[in-house]
Amino acid sequence: MELTSEEVKKVADLARLTLSEEEVEQYREQLSAVLDYVEQLNELALDGVTPTTHAVGQQNVLREDEARPSLGLEDVLYNAPAHTRRQFLIQAVLEDE
Amino acid sequence: MNRFEAVIGLEVHAELMTNAKMFCGCRVVDSVEAPPNSAVCPICLGMPGMLPAINRRAVEFALRVALALNCEIQAENVFARKNYFYPDLPKGYQISQYELPLARHGWLEISLPGGAKRRVGIRRVHIEEDTGKLTHLDGEGSLVDYNRSGVPLLEIVSEPELHSAEEVYAYAVRLRQILRYLQVNSGDLEKGVLRVEPNISLRPQGSSEFGTRTEVKNLNSFRALAAATEYELQRQEAILRQGGEVAQETRGWHEGRRETFSQRSKEEAEDYRYFPEPDLPPLFVDKAWIDRVRQELPELPAAKVDRYQEDLDLSHYDASVLTEDRPIAEWFEAAVKAGGEPKRVANWIINNLFALINESQQEITSIRVTPEGLVSLLKLVDEETISHNSAKDVLVEMFKTGKAPDAIVGERGLAQISDEQALEHIVSKVLALNAQQVQAYLEGKEQLQGWFVGQVMRETRGKANPELANELVTKLLERRR
Repeated sequence: MELTSEEVKKVADLARLTLSEEEVEQYREQLSAVLDYVEQLNELALDGVTPTTHAVGQQNVLREDEARPSLGLEDVLYNAPAHTRRQFLIQAVLEDE
Repeated sequence: MNRFEAVIGLEVHAELMTNAKMFCGCRVVDSVEAPPNSAVCPICLGMPGMLPAINRRAVEFALRVALALNCEIQAENVFARKNYFYPDLPKGYQISQYELPLARHGWLEISLPGGAKRRVGIRRVHIEEDTGKLTHLDGEGSLVDYNRSGVPLLEIVSEPELHSAEEVYAYAVRLRQILRYLQVNSGDLEKGVLRVEPNISLRPQGSSEFGTRTEVKNLNSFRALAAATEYELQRQEAILRQGGEVAQETRGWHEGRRETFSQRSKEEAEDYRYFPEPDLPPLFVDKAWIDRVRQELPELPAAKVDRYQEDLDLSHYDASVLTEDRPIAEWFEAAVKAGGEPKRVANWIINNLFALINESQQEITSIRVTPEGLVSLLKLVDEETISHNSAKDVLVEMFKTGKAPDAIVGERGLAQISDEQALEHIVSKVLALNAQQVQAYLEGKEQLQGWFVGQVMRETRGKANPELANELVTKLLERRR
């Protein structure tokens, strides 16, 4: 299945990635190949098979409503590039344009 | 000139008051009071390798709401990933429900001013998780607190069947009341545990097509909800009348300026790329579970209002006031159960107890007067041990000290004088002391009778049985003719 450059740019945009024109072409080819690979599934005869969302037969895996200790602040912020006042400090958030 | 019809649907987000979060063991804390990031773990921080698991009680709470809203419960529930990037969402996706929500096709009955009732359709109720909280610093970036991340959240979407700000208000108030009755949400709009967002559009009267809608956010009170809805309807009408087009967008509400403003345009359709959450196997809700939750549902306010009117003979007003909050209704019902006459108990609660509660800024659940205590107090009035007026003072004392009414009556010597001989003696004394007025009475100034009763009450410091005093004054005066 051949993807268009526009489709690649849209996916990149959704993933907040900035791609050069060469990269767009590179990913267009690679992603198209991935879709071709997955497309083999369409060759299976699936008439009469109920669609499912999960491959494993599990259901109703529930946890009881019991509060347990949370992480200490040091661990919480350990990987944060910046933090202050017990909180993660990030670049100013601008509304999506 | 053609007229427009308002078409409004409400999207309500309600956090569920569970102990732990939706998919992890972190405590659900007050997001305003708790120290930032004090209730977070790898799961609600979206760290690699984490595995969420569904909180059973959150599902149970959601079922309560779905059943109270007369919904059809779906047997098979599938959770879905709603993908978008925003710093309050550490995983890069929110776990929600999409194609297979918990419940659909319900209705909520709203009461409109003037007493009319109307059913508003509920399109769907689904379970999801709340996001973290951002605080924007002026020019220095933003702070992120993830305490709220992963708190169980219920999304309740109405059909676009509301047609005025008044109806929007009525719907929101009724829904909040039910959530509080079900003890799944505190209903605090200011803290954001309950968030109400109207989708508003206009169309020419009689048209079957929908106009372009706007969504209003940041509404932290019901008054703001009604005002913003009204403002938005007028704004859209002005645009349409001038031949313009309403832009599809999200608008905020500016409380100070009392107007809505554009926040985010929705020109590009959102692309959330929903897909089934692979980390959570499907959730099946069987009939036994539904039946049990249904059985445990409390009597809801609408049913109580009807029952209070039909069985207890209360007015619509009294019934509505007493059922506004579940603890009040339960207090009232406990008093009736303890032998109180419903109408009278209702009057005492509404006319006396509410004032004391408001004055002391307490909740009915924390006051020292018990329903049984009020009933004993009323019994003292019935037995003519104390007058109606003294009873009000005794209630104040009960409220302050938590003492039993008969103890207070004893301590303060409030027992009223109902002994005929004793009272007759006092009346004679009053008449003897006021010979002039007695003369005037006998000469035809009969309105003085009330004055004599007043003197008797004064002499006894209010403890004379008023009816008996009245009777004796007339009897003794007439005897002097």
